[in-house]
Amino acid sequence: MNTPQNLRYLKSHEWVRVDGNIATVGITDFAQDQLGDVVYVELPQVGRTVSAGESVAVVESVKTASDIYSPASGTVIEVNDDLEGSPERVNESPYEGGWLFKVELGDLHADLLDAAAYEAIAQDS
Amino acid sequence: MTDQSALQKTPLYPAHLEANARMVEFGGWAMPVQYEGVIKEHQAVRERAAVFDVSHMGEFRVKGPGALDFLQYATPNDVSKLKPGRAQYNMLPNDRGGLVDDIYIYCLAPHEYLVVVNASNIGKDFAHLEQLRAGFDVTLSDESGAWALLAVQGPQTEALLQPHTDLDLSHHKKNAVFFAQLFGMPVMMARTGYTGEDGFEVFVEAALAERLWKALLSAGIPPAGLGARDTLRLEAGFPLYGHEFSDDLNPLQSHYGWVFKDKPHFGREALQAAPNTRELVGLRLEKAIAREGAPVLSGERVVGVVTSGTSSPTLKYPIALAYVDRDALHLGLSVEIRGKPHSAERVSVPFYRPPTR
Repeated sequence: MNTPQNLRYLKSHEWVRVDGNIATVGITDFAQDQLGDVVYVELPQVGRTVSAGESVAVVESVKTASDIYSPASGTVIEVNDDLEGSPERVNESPYEGGWLFKVELGDLHADLLDAAAYEAIAQDS
Repeated sequence: MTDQSALQKTPLYPAHLEANARMVEFGGWAMPVQYEGVIKEHQAVRERAAVFDVSHMGEFRVKGPGALDFLQYATPNDVSKLKPGRAQYNMLPNDRGGLVDDIYIYCLAPHEYLVVVNASNIGKDFAHLEQLRAGFDVTLSDESGAWALLAVQGPQTEALLQPHTDLDLSHHKKNAVFFAQLFGMPVMMARTGYTGEDGFEVFVEAALAERLWKALLSAGIPPAGLGARDTLRLEAGFPLYGHEFSDDLNPLQSHYGWVFKDKPHFGREALQAAPNTRELVGLRLEKAIAREGAPVLSGERVVGVVTSGTSSPTLKYPIALAYVDRDALHLGLSVEIRGKPHSAERVSVPFYRPPTR
C-alpha cells in the first residue's frame, strides 16, 4: 500500500493535498486496489460549494459504486476531465493523474489523519 | 476481508489463496471474485481463454428406468430430445409461477442424467426434486461434494486443451458431454459454459481438482473470478438466478420463454396463470452504471426495475437487464441512478455476440 507522507487522509479513503488555498482530492492507493477496475467517475460541478464530509463524487468499479466524501469545505474550482475518457487513471495513478477535484479552501475536515494513522485504519478494514 | 471461517469452501480454496485471489462470500461460499483484475480476466476469456472454479455449483445424479419421465415432469424443456452425450438448459418451476432454479441437464447414458444446479440453491433444489420423485422409478443422489467443476472458457480453449487430452475435441460440438483423459486425469467434459464464448466445463473428482487446476494454469490458461464471470454472462444476456429469475418472478416474461415446451409438467398451470405484464429487456446507458434495483422510468412513472447492470468491458458502455412493463416498452425510458434520471436505450440481447470463428 502506497501512502504518501505529505498528504492527509479521511478514514473513508480520500486523500487531500493542500497547496496554498487549493485542496486537491483523490482516493487512496488502498481504496483503488479494493475497488478494482474503475470504470466511471461522477465528478461535482465546477462552482459547487461543498462542505467537509459531504458526499460530492462517485467512483464506480465494475462491481460497485462508492461515494467520495470531501476532506475540505469550499468551492469546486476544477475537476479532472481526463477521467471521463480514462477512468482507469484512478487505478494507475491514484495520487497524480487520477486526482478527482480541486477545492478553493474554506476549512479542512476536522478529522484528517496523517499517513501512519490512515494506514493503521486501512489495514484493519 | 470478511471472516471466511463459517463459509463453505471448494477443493481449490488453498489454490485461490496461493494465486492471490480476492475472496468474497457468494451464496454461503468463499469464492474468488478476482485475481489480477476483473477487466483483464474478462478480456482473457473474450480473446483467448481462462479458467473459472465453479465447484460450488451442485450436481445431482438422476438414475433409473423412470429418470426420463421424472425429469419430463419436473422441468419445462423437452428432456426426451436429450440423447446420451448431450446437454440441455432447463428450469425447475415451482407451483406459484416462479422458479425453484434454472439448471443444466447432462444425459450420461440411457436412464442416467447429471443435473447441475446453482450453488445457493443446492439444498432447496434437492428437497424439491425429492418431493416430486414420489411415484417415479428413479434414484436421486446429491453428489455436489464429490465433484469439482472447472469452466475453461474462451475462443482458444479447444486449441489449448487439445494437446493434453486423448480425444479429438473438434468432434464434440456445443452441448456435447463425454468422458476423457485430461492431463492424465479422468474427467467428464461438456462443451457448455456461461460466458457466451466457446469452452468446456470439466467435471473432476474433488481429490484431483487442485492437480487439474495447476495443470491448466501451467498450460497457459489463467484463472478468472466471479467478477469476470458476471460481466461476461451479462454481455451474453444470460439470466442469473437471484437476479433475473427467482421463486417469485415469472420466467415467461424473460427471453427464456423458449425453454417452455408444449408438454405437461409440474408448475405449468401456475406459470400460465401468473402475471405476465412485464418483459425482460436489454438497456444501454450513456455513462452512469445502472445497478440491480435501480428504478426504470418513463417520464416520472416507474415502469420497471434493473435486475443486473454493469459497465461492459468489451463494449465500453453501461449495459443492464431490466423488467419493464409491456405497455411502456415503446416509450422513452430512463434509469434512476442516485436520484437522477439517465436516459436508457432499449437494445437487443445478447449485448455482445462473439465474432463467428
